[in-house]
Amino acid sequence: MSEKDIIMQTELETPVESTAEEVVEEITEPVQEEKVVEPLTDWSKIDEMERQLELSKVTIRKKSRIGMRFRRIFGNTVGQVILTVLSILWVVPLFYLIVQSFRKEPGAWSPTFFPQEWTLDNYKRLFTETEFPRWYGNTLLIAVCSCLITTLFVLAVAYAFSRVKFKARKPIMNVMLILGMFPGFMSMTAVYFLLKILLPDNYQSHLSLIIVYSAGAAMSYYVAKGFFDTVPKSLDEAARIDGASRFRTFFKVILPLSKSIIIYTILISFVAPWCDYIFVSYIMAGVPDIGMYTVSLGMYKWLEREMIQQYFTTFCAAAVIVATPITILFMFLQKYYVQGVTGGAVKG
Amino acid sequence: MDFEYFKLTLPQKIIYKLKKFFGNFGGNVKNFFLSKLKKIGAFFLRIWERIKNFGLNFWQGDVLTKASYFLIGLGHVFRGQIVRGIMYMLLEAALILYMVFFGGQYMVMCFENMFGGGNVGRVETSVSDVWNDELGEYVKTEGDNSFLIVLYGILSFLILLFFAYFYFKAVRESYELEQYRIIGKKPIGIKTDAGQFLDGKFHITLLSMPMLGLFMFTVIPLITMILIAFTNYDAGHEVPEHLFQWVGFDNFKQLFSGGSKLGATFWRVLGWTLLWAVLATFTSYFFGMLLAMLINKKGIKFKKFYRTMFVTTIAVPQFVSLLIMSKMLDTGGGILGSGGGIITQIIEQLFGYHLKFGIDITTTRICIVLVNMWVGIPYSMLMCSGILMNIPQDLYESARIDGASPARRFFKITLPYMLFVTGPYLITQFIGNINNFNVIFLLSGGGPGDLMLYTDGAKGTDLLVTWLYKLSLGTDRNYKLASVIGILVFVISAVFSLIVYNRSSSVKGEDNFQ
Repeated sequence: MSEKDIIMQTELETPVESTAEEVVEEITEPVQEEKVVEPLTDWSKIDEMERQLELSKVTIRKKSRIGMRFRRIFGNTVGQVILTVLSILWVVPLFYLIVQSFRKEPGAWSPTFFPQEWTLDNYKRLFTETEFPRWYGNTLLIAVCSCLITTLFVLAVAYAFSRVKFKARKPIMNVMLILGMFPGFMSMTAVYFLLKILLPDNYQSHLSLIIVYSAGAAMSYYVAKGFFDTVPKSLDEAARIDGASRFRTFFKVILPLSKSIIIYTILISFVAPWCDYIFVSYIMAGVPDIGMYTVSLGMYKWLEREMIQQYFTTFCAAAVIVATPITILFMFLQKYYVQGVTGGAVKG
Repeated sequence: MDFEYFKLTLPQKIIYKLKKFFGNFGGNVKNFFLSKLKKIGAFFLRIWERIKNFGLNFWQGDVLTKASYFLIGLGHVFRGQIVRGIMYMLLEAALILYMVFFGGQYMVMCFENMFGGGNVGRVETSVSDVWNDELGEYVKTEGDNSFLIVLYGILSFLILLFFAYFYFKAVRESYELEQYRIIGKKPIGIKTDAGQFLDGKFHITLLSMPMLGLFMFTVIPLITMILIAFTNYDAGHEVPEHLFQWVGFDNFKQLFSGGSKLGATFWRVLGWTLLWAVLATFTSYFFGMLLAMLINKKGIKFKKFYRTMFVTTIAVPQFVSLLIMSKMLDTGGGILGSGGGIITQIIEQLFGYHLKFGIDITTTRICIVLVNMWVGIPYSMLMCSGILMNIPQDLYESARIDGASPARRFFKITLPYMLFVTGPYLITQFIGNINNFNVIFLLSGGGPGDLMLYTDGAKGTDLLVTWLYKLSLGTDRNYKLASVIGILVFVISAVFSLIVYNRSSSVKGEDNFQ
């Protein structure tokens, strides 16, 4: 087989050596078996198909093979170049963040992309002079707690809606759909008052934040429900015929099969408190002890007009410390994340 | 589609399509509401059935059943379901205690003046004018807290509804138990009953905690804030010093009146919100799809590497990536040669143009859309990759054999397929972008302000949601207006969802992609 033939083969995905007769044989062979079932008129269709195949071969052959090959290589090279440029463009801002965290010169702006003098002082300062270590601890605590509760809630709700066909199922799902259309922040004032009533002594605390993050967890059941819908119902039925209760079925049969969706839910709910600014800023507004802040709130304050000249490089260092573990986590669990994103998109 | 269609000229084709869409649209909306009306009708019929049975059972039941109408659970206790009966009794006792000593007064105060337009609450906290002999100074008299009255009022109302459900259930059960005794059937024991919560009623066990959380921290606050839209709660009527009043639809009227400054601001912000949502959704979606196609193309090497590079922006927390972006775009002194963020400086050195991010509204808006592409394209790239691989390859093969150009293949196969499969995703994204607080707030903070028009906190790039945030945290504490805007955001989202729901449900009937 020559090189050109290989190209043709990938192009048409039919063996090029096979002559027209062979092609006809290939097509007719399985049809002959079904001859009894198929009406005779179908033969004309097969003739038509054969003729078209032959025609297309001819037209493709007529085009210069070298031209095709050139175009293909050219196209791939252009694609490769575009992708390289884009992917570099995509990570440049993050790269800038990293190099700036090693900058020695103070101030918010530097005229050059790379620092003129490199230093580790920003990191040293971050851990010795600022409240950052406490913020980090706070956020970690909140993230772990709300992640546990959220994951439990989401899996429970998703399983119930996916498997148990109880009477109130549709109405509850519709109500949740409607609730989800209001901007989440709208109810914040009332939530603030509620927290004040429930935790009169320390409503501006981490407990409040954990409650706020995990109380609404039930609303984000869609992706997990989409996943449970794809797990065959026959598994449940088999387990129930064997005498297992729904409780056992859920924990012993379904959950062990749901590793990917559990990891996805954990990942999403763990990352959420790190990224949230709006709820923290409302609940923690006017707290005297800035050590109570989470990383996002504290770091946002560093970039305000009065602080930025002094704190910009420290901010970069802190951003690196915050983003690195999350990014690594993401990269390792990318597979599960993609599964969740794709599944959720198609199910809607 | 009619065969005649192919004979039409292009504008005629467009008109035909539009007619078809809107013709269907009207019918779809009508069908939607008709089916809902039917459902509501069936619902009321069921309720009427229940009420009829409720009265009938009272008439037919014996003394114990009749007594159960006043103290629920009485019938249960005497007919074998002791634990269940006691629980019903406790429930009723708890409700009565709650209503008498706490909830009832709030419920009355919350709803008594609702339609007349009066105070929420009765006693206003007075200024220090009551002489206290023990302290030897003037003191305030504690008045009612209007906000808490609304909050507790709704809580009590919902608790009442909740109890009503159990009341009717208990009454029905007690009649059934009487019937059981007559036909000699044994009532279900407590062990079986409780065991059901891990089996037949497992969904109740699963849902109870999540629903309680949702009820307490989403449903009640949301209804409260919806009601706040019909009051005049703001800095001038701050609780607990003052009472606020019911004002009906006044806030809505103010916002919609085109003449006032507020009205003009609202229409501007609404316009930008919709424009932003369209731009942000479609740029991310289409470029994400193109990127996915490029990466998945045969013959491209290092696919995994490229994908990882793009996914990095998703992995980094948004508040980090967006804040650093906003500082890179910062304009410094605002004139040529006055420094600023690194991107501003690079553009200045290359083109001699000073980027006016945060000074000029249009520039800021363009920058925000571009940065949003930086954030959004990797998401849609990931999502599209999976679906692109699912497109039947034979469609492409046959198109190629027929001599279709790559562009034609994209518009005739890839795009329709993708739109078909990802329709729900697109609408979620669209609604998500209407509510996209992070990108706007962290990048421009609402952006430059045109002071002539944009009063009340809203500036050039503020969306409805960031305006909502500013209104409720600003110096005016304009909660009433924030609530009105929240309701309007809901209305917009609901309308768009309804349109797509109708379109996709009409598509669903066709069963699969053609």
